[in-house]
Amino acid sequence: MNVLVMGVGNLLLQDEGAGGKAVEEFARKYRVPPEVEILDGGTSGIELLQYIQGRDLLILVDVVRSGNPCGTLTRFEGQHVPALFRDKISPHQLGISDLLAVCQMTDAMPEKVVLFGIEPKSLDTGLTLSDEVAANIGRLADLVAEELRLFGVKVEPCS
Amino acid sequence: MAKRITIDPVTRIEGHLRVDCELDNGHVSKAWASGQMWRGIELILKGRDPRDAWLFTQRICGVCTTVHAIASVRSVESALKMEIPLNAQYIRNIMIAAHAIQDHIVHFYHLSALDWVDVTSALKAEPRKVASLAQGMSSWSLNSSQEFARVQEKLKGFVGSGQLGIFANGYWGHPAMKLSPEVNLLACTHYLQALEVQRKANIIISILGAKTPHIQNLAVGGVANPINTDSPSTLSLERLYYVKTLIDELGDFVNNVYFTDVCAIGASYRDWTAYGAGVTNYLCVPEFPLDTKGTVFELPGGYIPEGNVGRFSPIRNFEDESFVKGVKESVKHSWYKGDWNRHPWEEETEPGYTDFLEDEKYSWVKAPTFRDAPAQVGPLANVLCLYAAGHEATRKYTDKALATIGKLSGAPVPLEALHSTIGRHAARGVRAAVLYETLQKQWQLLMDNIGKGDTRTFNQPEFPKGEVRGVGFHEAPRGVLSHWIVIADKKIKNYQAVVPSTWNSSPRNAKDAPGPYEASLVGTPVAVPEKPLEVLRTVHSFDPCLACAIHMVDTKNAEIVSVRAL
Repeated sequence: MNVLVMGVGNLLLQDEGAGGKAVEEFARKYRVPPEVEILDGGTSGIELLQYIQGRDLLILVDVVRSGNPCGTLTRFEGQHVPALFRDKISPHQLGISDLLAVCQMTDAMPEKVVLFGIEPKSLDTGLTLSDEVAANIGRLADLVAEELRLFGVKVEPCS
Repeated sequence: MAKRITIDPVTRIEGHLRVDCELDNGHVSKAWASGQMWRGIELILKGRDPRDAWLFTQRICGVCTTVHAIASVRSVESALKMEIPLNAQYIRNIMIAAHAIQDHIVHFYHLSALDWVDVTSALKAEPRKVASLAQGMSSWSLNSSQEFARVQEKLKGFVGSGQLGIFANGYWGHPAMKLSPEVNLLACTHYLQALEVQRKANIIISILGAKTPHIQNLAVGGVANPINTDSPSTLSLERLYYVKTLIDELGDFVNNVYFTDVCAIGASYRDWTAYGAGVTNYLCVPEFPLDTKGTVFELPGGYIPEGNVGRFSPIRNFEDESFVKGVKESVKHSWYKGDWNRHPWEEETEPGYTDFLEDEKYSWVKAPTFRDAPAQVGPLANVLCLYAAGHEATRKYTDKALATIGKLSGAPVPLEALHSTIGRHAARGVRAAVLYETLQKQWQLLMDNIGKGDTRTFNQPEFPKGEVRGVGFHEAPRGVLSHWIVIADKKIKNYQAVVPSTWNSSPRNAKDAPGPYEASLVGTPVAVPEKPLEVLRTVHSFDPCLACAIHMVDTKNAEIVSVRAL
């Protein structure tokens, strides 16, 4: 089982950086076997292709606005994930959905894609998360661990 | 009566680029570019240790991470008047050149080719004919009819499944699409091959930069790469020879695929040399420092006013006053308080949003000027300035591109044809070829210097009491990037980044002169106002990069998704 756990988002815009912070927290809290790679993808696009290609499982962590109270955690999987990112067309027109589409086209699509989201409060300039989002980062890291265990990956808490 | 079109790629998130055009008789008569540049970096950096700034600035943008790191350390080194060890210059130079080549390849194939290439037309091509066409252009080993047939099958499956993904935003069957099915399949095949090739540039950057995205090896004063030719945990000979292999693989693609494709598409769309010139004041800065003081450079910099290559004036080094004193930014038409026109060191950033008021304020982008005039930056500015300066490799590849396009299209192409939409693509191809030579040379210089027994990579910075100012500039893939820093008592007092897209996507300035995007769109024909492909062609030719900073997902617009809170 070859896995990438990737947080995406901008660390300079408060809750926008929750994905990166969550995978950092996950790496701090848990010990994973070498077949699991943990990456802060920032806001990069096509540079991330080399990390996504050829994985069995891709777990993405990002802020997701779904109309729920701030800090709410959500989970999406399969075809819903590229569909969600499809609306994210920057002037580069290359987002996560495009990367996934490229993987599909080059037969390198991860077999399984799961997205964990957290509802943001503030996307203003700043390095700190809002209290509501910060309070749930630990739980978000736990969800990633639980997901990995479902796939038979040995995840152990750091004591 | 004039018709108005607004192109707003993302309507649901503040920021990004919006372009408004007035159409008269099927042509653009007036245009406005409105965007949200990153405008908060100084808020984050104020009061911090200047040695840490680059780690934050490389988070400004997802695509240009390395370039903001480089410009940032240079700004602090400029303020401290530091010398940088040769090895550090060369290692930085290799990362800069590799990143630029990767960026140009990705821009051509993945960000703009679909403005010119029709994927659905490629399904009708005859793979054998594509192979004979391609083999007549270059010796690239993957130009075989089997490869073209394989890609065509893949495309059929992809288009048939409705999962267009990356191809979903194309204007298929648009009357302005003119390539034959064979050229379309050729370009689509190279599009996929380019995905693989661009990774090689990233591997070079991750070997030297410790990781990518977000390199970790920079330091104010040099780089953090220990050099030991035998130790596997440092920059060893084995690693350096692997870098060389990757450099040559990149070069093979640049010369035998990218460069020839640019010429072929340029020849097919030769009419586009008549559109998209806009602002023809061109600005670039010298790049690839070859000495410790930053006074000698591999590629020169300079300024060309009004498209007149004969009036080129050089920008010689990191201290050159014509650059340091020549830059100003105006907020007359930008969403900031006041209507000042100031030097970056004197700026303050107080937002003052007013909604889109085309005669007043309408953009988050400030309007930079050089010698009080708007300037175009980027590969075209770079290539024209280098050509004017007599840079040998640039002349060689520019002449080759013009001759090839002339031969393929049946009439000579003058240098002036480069002042255009298609000229910006051609210049990027020329620059990639020049950068491959640069990359080889920098690698050799590094090897030779290590061979002499020099393993130094870092000089310790020393901060004086009181106030010092610096500017770090960098000829980035999208053009002139400058970071301006004021340091007071070892802490950052002010920090401004004037990025390439600020120059190109500039709104009207203090004298109401339009910026490069705005000026370049005037006169562009638009066949179908509801599908303004032609406008996108010109805007994309600049390689726009605005506020690529937010990746938040919004479920409101994806109806098929039902959200369950955990």
